[in-house]
Amino acid sequence: MPFNIYDFTSFTQWIDKSLYDSLSPLWAMIWEMTIIGVAFLLFYAVIGLFLVYAERKVCAFMQCRIGPNRVGPYGIIQTIADLFKLLMKELIPIKNADKFLFNLAPFIVIITTFLAIAAIPFAKGLHAIDFNIGIFYILAVSSMSVIGVLLAGWSSNNKYSLIGAMRSGAQIVSYELSVGLSLITIIVLAGSMQLSTIVEAQADGWFIFKGHIPAIIAFIIYLIAATAETNRGPFDLAEAESELTAGYHTEYSGIKFAFFYLAEFINMFIVASIAATVFWGGWMPFHIGGWEAFNNIMDYIPPFIWFFGKTFFIIFIIMWFKWTFPRLRIDQLLTLEWKYLLPINLFNVLLMAFIVLMGWHF
Amino acid sequence: MTEENKNSGLDKEEEYIINIGPQHPSTHGVLRLVVSLKGEIVKSVEPHCGYIHRGIEKMCEKLTYPQIIHLTDRLDYLSAHINNEAVCLCVEKALEIEVPERVKYIRAILSELTRIQSHELWWCSFGMDMGATTCYFYGLRDREKVLDIFEETCGGRMIVSYNTPGGLMNDIHPNFQKRVKEFLKHFRKKLPEYDQLLTGNVIMQERTKNIGIISREDAISYGVTGPSGRGSGFSCDVRKHHPYGIYDKVDFVEPLYKTGDTFSRYKVRMDEMWESMKIIEQLIDNIPEGDYCAKMKPVIKLPEGEYYQRVEAARGELGVYINSRGDKYPYRLKLRSPSLSNLSALNLLASGFKIADLIAIGGSLDYVIPDIDR
Repeated sequence: MPFNIYDFTSFTQWIDKSLYDSLSPLWAMIWEMTIIGVAFLLFYAVIGLFLVYAERKVCAFMQCRIGPNRVGPYGIIQTIADLFKLLMKELIPIKNADKFLFNLAPFIVIITTFLAIAAIPFAKGLHAIDFNIGIFYILAVSSMSVIGVLLAGWSSNNKYSLIGAMRSGAQIVSYELSVGLSLITIIVLAGSMQLSTIVEAQADGWFIFKGHIPAIIAFIIYLIAATAETNRGPFDLAEAESELTAGYHTEYSGIKFAFFYLAEFINMFIVASIAATVFWGGWMPFHIGGWEAFNNIMDYIPPFIWFFGKTFFIIFIIMWFKWTFPRLRIDQLLTLEWKYLLPINLFNVLLMAFIVLMGWHF
Repeated sequence: MTEENKNSGLDKEEEYIINIGPQHPSTHGVLRLVVSLKGEIVKSVEPHCGYIHRGIEKMCEKLTYPQIIHLTDRLDYLSAHINNEAVCLCVEKALEIEVPERVKYIRAILSELTRIQSHELWWCSFGMDMGATTCYFYGLRDREKVLDIFEETCGGRMIVSYNTPGGLMNDIHPNFQKRVKEFLKHFRKKLPEYDQLLTGNVIMQERTKNIGIISREDAISYGVTGPSGRGSGFSCDVRKHHPYGIYDKVDFVEPLYKTGDTFSRYKVRMDEMWESMKIIEQLIDNIPEGDYCAKMKPVIKLPEGEYYQRVEAARGELGVYINSRGDKYPYRLKLRSPSLSNLSALNLLASGFKIADLIAIGGSLDYVIPDIDR
């Protein structure tokens, strides 16, 4: 079994080859899909538990508290205990709710995260699918989660939920533009939408350094817009616990609520990993063009550590401003997008195109 | 559609009515606001009170004056000491007794500490209403220190019941002056942190400036007093205009802002914390020696007549009216609570703004529900 933590290509190809050698093509494909599905489910559980724990600890650190510290050493088992509590909770049936849509909504939200995470390269050769339109695909599937949120708000038969869902609809549809345009800025620089190509292109310097001014502007806009798209503070208007109690998921309980909760954290992981991949080189170690010795030393750190390190750093930034800023109001939220971020973004794409044409990037 | 509903502007087809409360995170208690919306915009707000009505005023008619003190803690539980003081001052006024100087000093110091801790908690919950959760913990961290001082001297932390007609229940704890000075030193450093975290924030300023404006005239006609009234430029500080206790001898400024929006109400409270610290600093080293309580008869009977005393509570003017028939119980006791009249202006303030603004305006009025319902 050719296993190498620096390059997973031969390992994944070995699995693929041995499956196709021993089984008929149809069964081999089914087995492959099952393996990937189970792997992602496990990954979801681990990342969900870890992010909930991390958020509680980071938030406690910002708020001069200790955070969970009773269950297990440093409270690391706390989230597992919480998970079991959620699993065992009663699913409260809602009177006059649209039962089918009510039950469907959490699944739509969680499935879109599944679709999006499939295209993310975790390390060299370690991703489920490598499209030639990778970024386009991620943008397309991640915007589907708004359908789940809208359905949840509509079918709950609760006025708070409906207001939350409508806010969320307006918010995600607007900020989708900024996310798309800021990624397009980098696509102009990279010349490709395939995520593996984008990462390979950053071998002699990450895009945030190579694309200097427009790349930095694009990164900041992406960070703002991506936070808004994941419905996290200061853009958590769809939940807005002090205004709408819990917004679109007010009526959900037990595991269905857990799905929304998990989807929020997984979405945060996805946007952070896209930011890491597109702007900060993904699994690519820190390289400076021409410095061979330095680059070789950096190569000793395995790629997946680079990837998760960058991703968790960006997640930390997202958590940081959630726990610092007050919430925006709906009209300010839309003003920010349509009057500020969108024009800056359009200009930024032009600037990037100009810089690429003139060859002023590194 | 009933006639009543037509007039109130509710129950029209195009309007979307939600009940904010009685159980809601940002009504700060069991208050029910029937809000009629058009999209996100608030058309009208109708507060429904009475969910925590305990009939305190009626209960007082069957209690002796020292017993009444303990009920007044439960009005505005965040300025419990000031409520106690109001009733005590009213009884002392009726009996025409002069309390010792020492009592006046200690009462003033504790009143200002109460005001500081009340405003700290207001700042916490205002931050929460705006969605800035971290404020809550910053505020509570410092409030805890005031409560520790209360615990040491009064025995209680929030519900202190330290006053009694004629003076105080006990003398102050030997550590009192030291602890208060430590707190002032600590809080002078920590209060600028509040500004760094919330006041200077762009989102916070955008969300509060020019939102929920009440003019000076409206503030007067609705009886909006305290920091909420002073935010509109209505100079209504009882400590300045009708000084009681030691307040005519201390030097402090009554913060006034002209605009009358949410932000100016916010600023008044932030400034008041500084002013309260200033007052305590003037008094803490000069507490005169003497008795902690005047000589009182075992059974207090007020002479026949009507008595009224007002004090500046943390939320505004608190008035105590006692109608006595010469008995050891009051014939009638009426409280003028600041929160009720402040709440009455809510419809005027919030109509035409968004739901999020309604919550912020509610936070800036700083009402305490047991004070409204009594």
